[in-house]
Amino acid sequence: MSDKILRIRNLRVSTDSGTELLHGVSLDLEQGEILGLIGESGAGKSTIGLAAMGYGRGGCRITGGEVLLAGRDLADCSRQDREAVRGARIAYVAQSAAAAFNPAHRLEKQIIEAPLYHGLMTETEARAWMVELFTALGLPEPESFGRRFPHQVSGGQLQRAMVAMAMACKPDILVLDEPTTALDVTTQIEVLRLLRDTIRKYGRSALYITHDLAVIAQVADRLVVLRHGQEIETGPTQQILTAPREEYTRRLVSERQASLSAPAGAAHKTGRELLRLNRVDATYGKVPVISEIELSVKQGETVAIVGESGSGKSTLARVVAGLLPPSQGAVMFDGAALPPSYRKRGKDLLRRIQLIYQLPDVALNPRQTVGETIGRPLTRFQGLTGRANRAEVLRLLEQIGLPAEMADRLPDALSGGQKQRVCIARALAAKPDLIICDEVTSALDPLVAEDILRLLRRLQDELGITYLFITHDLSVVKRLADRTVVMQKGRIVEEAETDRLFEAPGQIYTRKLLASVPQLDPGWLDQVLTAP
Amino acid sequence: MTAVTSRLSAVPLTGWIGMALIAINLFLFAFGPMLAPYGQEEIVGVPFDAPQPGHPLGFDQNGRDMLSRVLYGAQTSIGISLAAVCLSFAIGVPLGILAALRGGWLDLVLSRLVDTVMSIPVLISALVVLQALGSSLPVLIVTIACLDSTRVFRLARLVAQGINVMDYAEVARLRGEGLAWMIRREILPNVLPPLVAEFGMRFCFTFLFVAGLSFLGLGVQPPFADWGGMVRDNQQGILYGLYAPLFPAAAIALVTIGVNLTVDWMLSGRTTVQGDNR
Repeated sequence: MSDKILRIRNLRVSTDSGTELLHGVSLDLEQGEILGLIGESGAGKSTIGLAAMGYGRGGCRITGGEVLLAGRDLADCSRQDREAVRGARIAYVAQSAAAAFNPAHRLEKQIIEAPLYHGLMTETEARAWMVELFTALGLPEPESFGRRFPHQVSGGQLQRAMVAMAMACKPDILVLDEPTTALDVTTQIEVLRLLRDTIRKYGRSALYITHDLAVIAQVADRLVVLRHGQEIETGPTQQILTAPREEYTRRLVSERQASLSAPAGAAHKTGRELLRLNRVDATYGKVPVISEIELSVKQGETVAIVGESGSGKSTLARVVAGLLPPSQGAVMFDGAALPPSYRKRGKDLLRRIQLIYQLPDVALNPRQTVGETIGRPLTRFQGLTGRANRAEVLRLLEQIGLPAEMADRLPDALSGGQKQRVCIARALAAKPDLIICDEVTSALDPLVAEDILRLLRRLQDELGITYLFITHDLSVVKRLADRTVVMQKGRIVEEAETDRLFEAPGQIYTRKLLASVPQLDPGWLDQVLTAP
Repeated sequence: MTAVTSRLSAVPLTGWIGMALIAINLFLFAFGPMLAPYGQEEIVGVPFDAPQPGHPLGFDQNGRDMLSRVLYGAQTSIGISLAAVCLSFAIGVPLGILAALRGGWLDLVLSRLVDTVMSIPVLISALVVLQALGSSLPVLIVTIACLDSTRVFRLARLVAQGINVMDYAEVARLRGEGLAWMIRREILPNVLPPLVAEFGMRFCFTFLFVAGLSFLGLGVQPPFADWGGMVRDNQQGILYGLYAPLFPAAAIALVTIGVNLTVDWMLSGRTTVQGDNR
């Protein structure tokens, strides 16, 4: 009992309108332990994290069960008692550090605020502790780092500063809600390591919330797998990864390793060049974003463009789509020069190149039904109206694996994965030759993303569509792309067959990028960091 | 059906009061003159006489029946405001969306024009135009509508700009959709919620504005009854502690309160127009 610092018993949380989000979850957190909470969106991970602080987020209430922090029930005590505990004994680290810091104040002011407010330290003590934390978290110039404003530090640094803010009161428990999800892979490993080491060094306990199994494998001692507000499985990290007991956990674990079917049938690959970029430069205003891009895409193949945020990969997509005319160079499509702006492209050219976006929520007009959304390109490009249009919409829905009754729904009534399928159907309705996929799976849960990737692969087999696949997720690339192009700071640094690139990366940057992809092996983080 | 009932049950008391007030006023707008026991120009009693049987609201400064005048005035006052607001939206919304979609010089010219008009206080502009052209009903309505449409233009342009950068608008442009489709199917349905709310607010302001103009003698001309004018005509009654000016003033207050309560209720659920990813 004494070493269990946090006990959650049969916790139930409901929204004000009566929907139950957590159906009685129990878990224990031991002194000095990092407990991982994993599950897809809507599983109730964040709700548990906040409930552990006795907090129900906007519109939610704790309706049953106990949250015992060192023997005291947070779900059932006065507001003053709860406030005395928050920050001081249990603290929260959110996903987006940029949103958690007040941009108008220096970091140090916001970090030492809590210990002063709770009367736990004098200002000198708080400052000294802050500098010690900065040092432990590997922040540059720890003595003066706190003098900076939030916009003056990088994303990874800000995320670490937020950990320092959470630890300012020396709390017993840290609740970390997707602390590295918003970061690039190469930044992520650095932050992960420092996070883990700092928590261990000071003997704190932590609830680590994430949807990424490979990330949590590196930091957590034990895992709790959640789904639909219920606990699926609990156990030591090693056991969950190697010998999962439940079917759902098995699927989560195998998703990472699963490879898609063999590369698309050669039947569609004519070897004809469909898209070619000749020394293309593009700028936003006067700022150059991509320069000297040479790229060739053959019909029926999948070319992946990978790179970190800011590498110019999305800009490349916008140039091909005609949304950003290049400042120099030419784009050739099917042997002819492509007009730089989409406005100058004829109906047939617009039809042949389609774009699928990262966020299906904003890619679908919320006031048009699925049938209208898919039917419109049919009307425009193929002249289908009335019954013929409806029949084709239903055929497309079937092709992408959605039931026919979806045709009359508004996007609001669809899940994220379903919306992305509708976006794919809308692109297909134009009978395109080339589909540009801009991070199409990064906003989706792993298992849903897996389904979308399978769908895209199947459509390629059936229809021989060419994909230009823009992503930062190398595990996606490995399973889908024939060829991979690596971009850094607006330039192509390496281009090779995907298999060859993964086996023998030629460039240092590519090697670093490949090594940064978290693996399920819990020892991976230590191996990467000790490797030369 | 259940969706409708559950939405109705979620309407707060203030929302119901607001809608009831609006319903009453719409009824008066439609049937007011028919219900009036006397004509609006008919002199049937002693000026400023107190309420008495047959004349529940008493008499105005000329000895006309106050109840009949208030009932006639409903049509004029509400009618002018409604017509002016509808016209201002008919001008402001399409131009605002057009400016947002086209951008460039069209947006520049329209926006600077609107800025110029807005930099002059509305009352001053209205006074100048009405003095120059004379105060007839069409002139009054068109003047108010034009001045008000600048506000509508700015709102429509701003909201439409937000929608125009959404991925679905981009998809439509990449499909080569024409202007009519863009406005009608992609932009307008999505800018509607804030515009509807604005419609209610604008109606209130216009109502008070017409009342103000009438009070200054540039609105509806006598002998036609309108509430703002009636407050002005009866103002000296206040000095003698008489009821007369209070009745048209109360009518104005009730319409404004009714519209405001309804708009507040409609806005409360619509605080996130865009950028909400759920």
